[in-house]
Order: sequence, then C-alpha cells, then structure tokens
Amino acid sequence: MSYMKNILAGAAAIALGASAAYAQDTKVIGVSIPAATHGWAGGMNYHAQETVERLEEVYPQLDFVLATASDAGKQVNDIEDMVATRNISALVVLPFESDPLTPPVQAVADSGAWVTVVDRGLSVEGIEDLYVAGDNAGFGTVSGEYMASKMPDGGKIVVLRGIPTTIDNMRVEGFEKAIEGSGIEIIGMEHGNWNRDDSFNVMQDFLSKYDQIDAVWASDDDMAVGVLAAIDAAGRDDVQFVLGGAGMKEMIKRVMDGDSMIPADVTYPPSMIATAIEMTAVGLTSNAPVAGTFTIGSVLVTQENAEQFYYPDSPF
Amino acid sequence: MTSETTNSKQSGRALPSMSVLGPILALVLLVVVGALLNPNFLGAANITNVLARSAFIGIIAVGMTFVITAGGLDLSVGSMAAFIAGLMILVMNAALPSMGVGVPIILLGMLVAIVAGILAGLLNGFLITTVGIEAFIVTLGTMGIYRSLVTWLADGGTLSLDFGLRTFYRPVYFDGILGISWPIIVFALVVIIGEIVMSRARFGRHCAATGSNEHVAHYSNVNVNRTRLITYALLGLLVGVATIMYVPRLGSASSSTGVLWELEAIAAVIIGGTVLKGGFGRVWGTVIGVLILSLIDNILNLTDLVSPYLNGAIQGVIIILAVILQREAKAKG
Repeated sequence: MSYMKNILAGAAAIALGASAAYAQDTKVIGVSIPAATHGWAGGMNYHAQETVERLEEVYPQLDFVLATASDAGKQVNDIEDMVATRNISALVVLPFESDPLTPPVQAVADSGAWVTVVDRGLSVEGIEDLYVAGDNAGFGTVSGEYMASKMPDGGKIVVLRGIPTTIDNMRVEGFEKAIEGSGIEIIGMEHGNWNRDDSFNVMQDFLSKYDQIDAVWASDDDMAVGVLAAIDAAGRDDVQFVLGGAGMKEMIKRVMDGDSMIPADVTYPPSMIATAIEMTAVGLTSNAPVAGTFTIGSVLVTQENAEQFYYPDSPF
Repeated sequence: MTSETTNSKQSGRALPSMSVLGPILALVLLVVVGALLNPNFLGAANITNVLARSAFIGIIAVGMTFVITAGGLDLSVGSMAAFIAGLMILVMNAALPSMGVGVPIILLGMLVAIVAGILAGLLNGFLITTVGIEAFIVTLGTMGIYRSLVTWLADGGTLSLDFGLRTFYRPVYFDGILGISWPIIVFALVVIIGEIVMSRARFGRHCAATGSNEHVAHYSNVNVNRTRLITYALLGLLVGVATIMYVPRLGSASSSTGVLWELEAIAAVIIGGTVLKGGFGRVWGTVIGVLILSLIDNILNLTDLVSPYLNGAIQGVIIILAVILQREAKAKG
C-alpha cells in the first residue's frame, strides 16, 4: 500500500514542485538504492521509504526522489535521470557495485551536488562528502569472537557464505582471523547466497556429509532460517547453535526469548540508509557539519540487549 | 527414406538410440561419481533430500514438457510460484482467526494455490492463443508482473506463515507414507499421469501435432488454440501443486522465492530429450533431466573438489554435454 502512497506522493510532489519553485528555493535530495531482492535489502527499502515520508513532513523546503534499481546498470540510469530531470542538490546512494557506480557518482559530485555514500564504498576515495559505512570486516570479527567465546574447547563448524561479492569476502576474512588459534575448525564452506532455499539445500548436504557438526555460522538471518529447517528435518542433535547475522526481527525475537539454538545475533542494520538520508537533510538545511565518515559498527545481540534491536513493524 | 527407416530399425534392435540412452547414461555416471566421492551419497537420507528438493522443479517441468511439446514456452513459472506462495500465505494467515489451525484451513490454502495457478496459466494461454502475442513476450511480461506483485505483497520483505499453522502444515513436506516423503509421492504421481497422457492419450498426440506443424495439425482436425491453452492451464495447475509442497518447507515466501526456476525447468525438459522447437516430448526424460540438475548441486556440495565459485560453470558444461550427446547420435543415426 505504501508503494502506491509513495507514487501518489511523488506525483503530487512533482506537481507542487513546479509551482513551489517560484515561491521558495526547494532543494531536491535524490536517493538511489538497490531493489528489495533479499531480506536485508527489503528492510533497507522499508527504512528508506519511511525516512523519506517522515522527512518530507519535517522539512517543507526539501523534496525527495527515491529510485530502486535491480542491477548496477539501472542504478546508473536512475542517477543520470535524477541529475538531468530533477536537478538534485544532494544524492544519497547505496551503490549496487563499487566499480560501475564510481564514474556516474563522481559526475554528480563534480556538478557541485552533495554526495552521501552508504554501506559500500566507491572505488576512488574522496568523491563523497559523507560516507555512512557498514563494517563488514567488523561483522565477521564480532561473529568470530562470539563463536570462539561460545566454544572454548574448539569444535567443528560449517560456514554458509552469501552471494560471492567483496562484502562476503571481507566478512569471511574477518571471521577467519577472529577464530584463529581458538581450536575451531571450519570443515565446510559453501555459498547459500543469502537465500533461504539455497541455504536449506546446502545445509542438508552438509548434514549428509559430516556426522558431527558442533555449530553453524550462517552469517545471515535469512540463511539461518534455512539452516534451522534443515537441522530440524534431519533430527540431528549434534549442532549446538546457529549464528546468523543482520538482525532480522524473527531472529532477534528468538534471541530475546532465550532460544538455545539462536543464542545471539550480530547486527548489520539495514536502517543505516535512514541515518544517511537524515544526516544529508540536516546538512542541507542547517549549519551543522555532517561531512566525514560515519561508521555503523556491528553489535553483538544477546538475550540481555535484544530488546533494543527488536522492531516488530519492520518487514525485516 | 526407406533405407533410413530400416537403418534406424536395425540399430534400434541392437541398442536403443543414443537420444534415449544419453540422458540415462549421464544420470548413471553422476550416481557412480557421487557414490565414489562420498559414502553417504547413496544413504536413504541423502536420496530423500535430493528427490524431495527436486520435486518442485520436477512437478513444474512435467507441465513445461507439455507446453514446449506443443511449441510454446513459459518463462513466468518461477515468479508465478513465488506469487502463489505469497498469496497462499496471506490467505491462510487472514483466515486463521476465523478458521483456527486445522485441516480445513490447509485445504483452503491448497485450493487457493490450485485456483490461482490455473487462472495464471489461463491468462498466459489466453494472451498467447486468443490475442496472438508471442509466448516468449507474454510470459516475460507476466514473469515481471508476478515477481513485482510478490515483492509488493511482502512490502519488500518476507511473508511468513503463522508459526502454529506452519507447525501443523510442516508434515506435508517432511512426512510421508512408508518413509517416502509426500513431495516425492506427488512428484511420482504427476510423472506417471504425465507420461500416460503424453504417450497414450489423445491430448499428448495433439500437443505433438500442434508443436510439429500448426497448419497440418489444424487440417487434421486438432483444435490448435485449445490444445495450447490447455497446456498453459495445466502448467499453471502444476505450479500450484508445486507451491503446495513448497510452502510447508520453510513457511515463507519473498521476492527471492523461485528465482530461475523457469530456466531450470526448461533446461531439465531439454536435457530429457524434448525438442525446444516443439513436436516431440517425453515426460520420463524430463524427470531424468531434473534429477541430473539436482544431483550436480548435491555432489558439488558433498565434495571439496571444485571451488564453489565454479558450481554454475559445471552445471552449464553438463547441460550442454547432455544435449550434444543426443544431437551427435541423431546426426549419425
């Protein structure tokens, strides 16, 4: 429903924008993000829309244009369209991939517009005015450290990886470094592509392959759902726990309830897009300085602090 | 012409032709490789896993065999499955307060899936036959429509079945009769009925005639448009059946559900020896195609021989090899 509302709001904004331009100096902020192709991206889309709707109320002098892209090529087109037809004063972009997005975002920066980059950095440093960064290596490190503390005598674990990307590599590297010397041995590692069905199949095969698996680093909450279903169906009780990641509300709920299979979660909040849009709006409308790098750390969620990370209304 | 016929007859007596043997040989080879690489490969648990997870694509691929045999194509099945799964979950969650957890609500969900599947198939078929648009374009369009609709229904996230309902519905995927799980039983039934219809019933012959030469079929008193329409509706129905088996597994649907199922189903049909241009199809071949595709994934997961980055490449090579094997044999024969 909110999509329809957005389209209507967008159409109204365009109609109003034309007349309002005479009345006062309206600034337009373009927001370009990847489409909701998996759980985390879905959550990110939700937070982006919610923030845009809220800020349009707060700042009557700001207009927002939100575009979601299903691939890097489409995202480049979106950004070019924003510059050409909407004359944006600022761009908030979560790049689909770093390399293909770097030149078009640089062009936007060269035109004098403010650029905020979220999560994934660009290939060339110094283009963006503000970088709201997720900490992928830290995500892996926090996960690894938790695994090591939870298994003081070591043990055999299997790892499910995401879609093969730099993000995934950084996370796994951080994880491997953190469990070094802890006696934890990774006996199997396969790509579950941040997808429930794929990780279900991969986990079924891991369970056939190995007679003893002490724990699973699912590295993502969607993948943890598939892993848990596979373990459940196989009726195996050798797996002590599964560690996901990202902070999906169902998983946070299980941590909160003290589920022994899901003792913890590691955040990688999709709401970082909200931080970026909000700070950009502040930068455009006030004298408060917002340039620089803002790193959103990955936090370990356990039963003690789970309540702070539980957002029942979010789709993720 | 005469000599060719006798030739093929002679070779036929000595040995079934390569187009029949090719896919079977490939399957046997994969099974042998799998068994050698990992002792658990032939265990009951692994065989159940592989067959049960093949069931979704398998059930859909049987329907796809009819569509392709009749000279059509359907790219929308993966998105359609995701959309139907989402719809089913929404309806069942909405009916929960009034109906409560029990068999009736599960039957309601199944009915929704079947009806939605048939309607979606009829829509594809109507646009292709009556309106006369290319099947590729129509189903490319509906593929995008259903994928967007499920994303919209889920608000970009995941639709999850109510926990109590899921627990009650779960046995439909995981339990069965005599240790054979339901998806495998349903898959087997669909295959047996499909094989009979394709090779023994009039409808199967009509499909082949339509796909082989539309005009000749028309003059032979085959209702070409109706035959095509029925193949799409049948495929839609089977997508609904596959969804009924899919939803109880994880109890959720999202925009990433059923991605690329259409291509896996089409690949399975072609590996199995059905002609992509239409005119000839065999359901049992499709089953072998489906099994080959899932076994490749399974074997790659069970061994550490190949980097997981290369899984797709290996699948691709085997698909192409399986088809080349058949073509070579045909060219020589």
